Amino acid sequence: MDLSRRDLFAAGGKLLILASVGATLEQITGAAPPSESYNVAEHWWGMIVDIDKCIGCGNCVRACSKENQVPQGYFRTWVERYQVGEDQQPHVDSPNGDIDGFPADTRTDVKSFFVPKLCNHCADSPCVQVCPVGATFVSPDGVVLVDKNYCLGCRYCIQACPYGCRYLHPETNTADKCTLCYHRITQGLTTACCEACPTGARQLVDFKNPQDPVHEYLRHNKVQVLKPYMATGAKVYYKDLDGSVR
Amino acid sequence: MIPGVEGFMYPNEVALQWSLLIVLYPYITGLVAGAFILASLERVFKVDAVRPTYRLALLTALAFLLVAPLPLQLHLGHPERSMEMYLTPHSSSAMAMFGFVYLWYLMAVLLLEIWLEYRADIVRLAQTTNGWTGLVYKALTLGSMNVSPAARRIDDKVGFAVTVIGIPSAFLLHGYVGFIFGSVKANPWWSTPLMPVVFLFSAMASGIAGVLLLYMASMKLKKMPIDMPCVDAIAKYLFYTFVIDFSLEMLDLVHRTYEAGESFRSLDFMVHTRLWASQVILQICIGTLVPLALLALTQLFPIRAAARRAIYVASGLLVMIGIFAMRWNVVIGGQLFSKSFLGYTSFKLEFAAREGLLTAIGLMILPFVIFVVLVKLLPPWPERKTTEALGD
Amino acid sequence: MRQFLRDSGHLVRPAVVLVVGIAAFLLIRTALIPKAFGKYGHYDAAALDRIRQHPVAFAGQDTCVMCHDDQAKARAAGKHAHVSCEACHGPQAAHANADDPSAHKPALPDVANLCRRCHEKDAAKPNDFPQVVTAEHSGGALCTACHQPHNPHL
Repeated sequence: MDLSRRDLFAAGGKLLILASVGATLEQITGAAPPSESYNVAEHWWGMIVDIDKCIGCGNCVRACSKENQVPQGYFRTWVERYQVGEDQQPHVDSPNGDIDGFPADTRTDVKSFFVPKLCNHCADSPCVQVCPVGATFVSPDGVVLVDKNYCLGCRYCIQACPYGCRYLHPETNTADKCTLCYHRITQGLTTACCEACPTGARQLVDFKNPQDPVHEYLRHNKVQVLKPYMATGAKVYYKDLDGSVR
Repeated sequence: MIPGVEGFMYPNEVALQWSLLIVLYPYITGLVAGAFILASLERVFKVDAVRPTYRLALLTALAFLLVAPLPLQLHLGHPERSMEMYLTPHSSSAMAMFGFVYLWYLMAVLLLEIWLEYRADIVRLAQTTNGWTGLVYKALTLGSMNVSPAARRIDDKVGFAVTVIGIPSAFLLHGYVGFIFGSVKANPWWSTPLMPVVFLFSAMASGIAGVLLLYMASMKLKKMPIDMPCVDAIAKYLFYTFVIDFSLEMLDLVHRTYEAGESFRSLDFMVHTRLWASQVILQICIGTLVPLALLALTQLFPIRAAARRAIYVASGLLVMIGIFAMRWNVVIGGQLFSKSFLGYTSFKLEFAAREGLLTAIGLMILPFVIFVVLVKLLPPWPERKTTEALGD
Repeated sequence: MRQFLRDSGHLVRPAVVLVVGIAAFLLIRTALIPKAFGKYGHYDAAALDRIRQHPVAFAGQDTCVMCHDDQAKARAAGKHAHVSCEACHGPQAAHANADDPSAHKPALPDVANLCRRCHEKDAAKPNDFPQVVTAEHSGGALCTACHQPHNPHL
């Protein structure tokens, strides 16, 4: 197929114009935008985080913040640094969520590593369970989302999340959290954090896609979820997660 | 270093989500439930000694029930969307049942029972009062002036049925709040099956104490003698209820300490430091042990009426303070420690903010204002002249 | 019987109030619930579409490469092969989608801080990851004095 750069660019531009016209129309008329070929039933999203690849650079935190206009002081994703002594009691810090990186620490008498954290998009989500009105929900493709037009701001979901990934957005006064960049992944892009990660520590996965490397990955690697005893059906799998991680 | 934070907290955990108003809400519904249970003691369980406080207890319950949704509304990020709880209640959420339980309790239990109890007086007042108040009474009659003895007998029977239904309704009205906390597996300070039961018994204690104090204050203000068998009976039930409540709370504490699960060390440290004053000193010592001891004295030894009255007032006040402290320690305490069990934050109580101290004080004064209006409108002691002060 | 009905007739009134209230509520309810509520579950399905409308800030690797394949080729040959363009250059969807991309030229990254964020030596970083104590490494020179960012290996 002989597509020149220009053709591709033109096609992309057309698609974008179409999408933005459609979006404008939808605002005005409430009609659905022109449908792309995204079918919710064909996807079941999750993520894999490889602890041994994370270098704590904070690119993910900054990218998420820019992509999703996350208010300062609140975090849809963050990175924690663990320094674990022999007694397996960790010292943990996360200065401003790692948005500006970590101050260098070259101690070698402890085991230390970084742990990126985000919403685990639990299949049996306790936050969805407690929402009194149905403002937060698990989408048919496995992403836990908040309908900010419907949320009351009661904060029950924030209390119910065992992982601390939710907050109340100071401007909309609704609950907010990582959306797995739903607006991106439904268009064939990857999440902002995965895009920005320089080492491939974060990988978006689609369990319903037979070609997705996740199937092979889970067959060959030891993985864990955070707080497995909470039985939340978390879909963010950590490779090489140390037992001291909270 | 984040001000007020010790150790490590997940970045989104530092600020508390539920503050003073969410402490106030269970306290208020607890008073409602407790006052109603006291009223039902007379109506259903035939404890005649507490009859003088029957109507008073109902009005107390109503005054507090009317104020109950206000702290919630003031807390919500979008109070204008609170209708959604009625439109699309999520059946898996304990909080979703609030709207329905509240309305049910208000309309089908409390208002109906008050109407049935007061109907004879309402009709009489409708016929004898003029002006705006007269119109109010006429509206309250709902158009029926039938107060024949037969009608009143039917009222009595229906009122009995309403009270019987009202007891589990009152339990539900306050118990579900305990479940809201007790069912959060993410929070080990809250998560226990005992939570609804503890909430309920402490609610009963605070409600009974509240009615006791209001009765004694009202009698004092109206210069009428206090019915000693009545307050003795109330104090006895207060004592029993509080003993059960204290036992349940101690059971929870002993159980946690014994099992010493993952969160224990973090919670134990929190109680010894950030919650020492509010939990150990205020809730347990001043708010529980002292009033229990005082009330126990009156149950075990013969004490002169005047001294008993003083003890009841002191115990009642301490109980009400202690139960408020309990709500504080549950709600605020549950948010002071990190779910990583590695750190703690502090609660900054604002004064003049939407969820600040001033608002809370206002919300606590409001039920008493409503109570005074209700007492004027529907006098709890219609034809009573004097009651002999019995006892001693 | 008629006597009984007369004596209990007043009870009909609160019952009527209740029934009227419930009926009014049911009517209002159908008008107020969002149309797409319940389509997939207990939530407004239209929210999915609303969330999808959120504007994109990062264009994604594949878009950059459409125009900048020289830089892409240089990068693919070196150690930064798996570092996406926007990881260093920031979100560029505005630049990529603009009618005139050169009007939205991305600012040059602040080298002094950018490289350090990944490559400053830290015990928590994996041992096999290239990291240096920058204060001792270059004698004050900027990283780009010796390293070409797209293919940094010397």
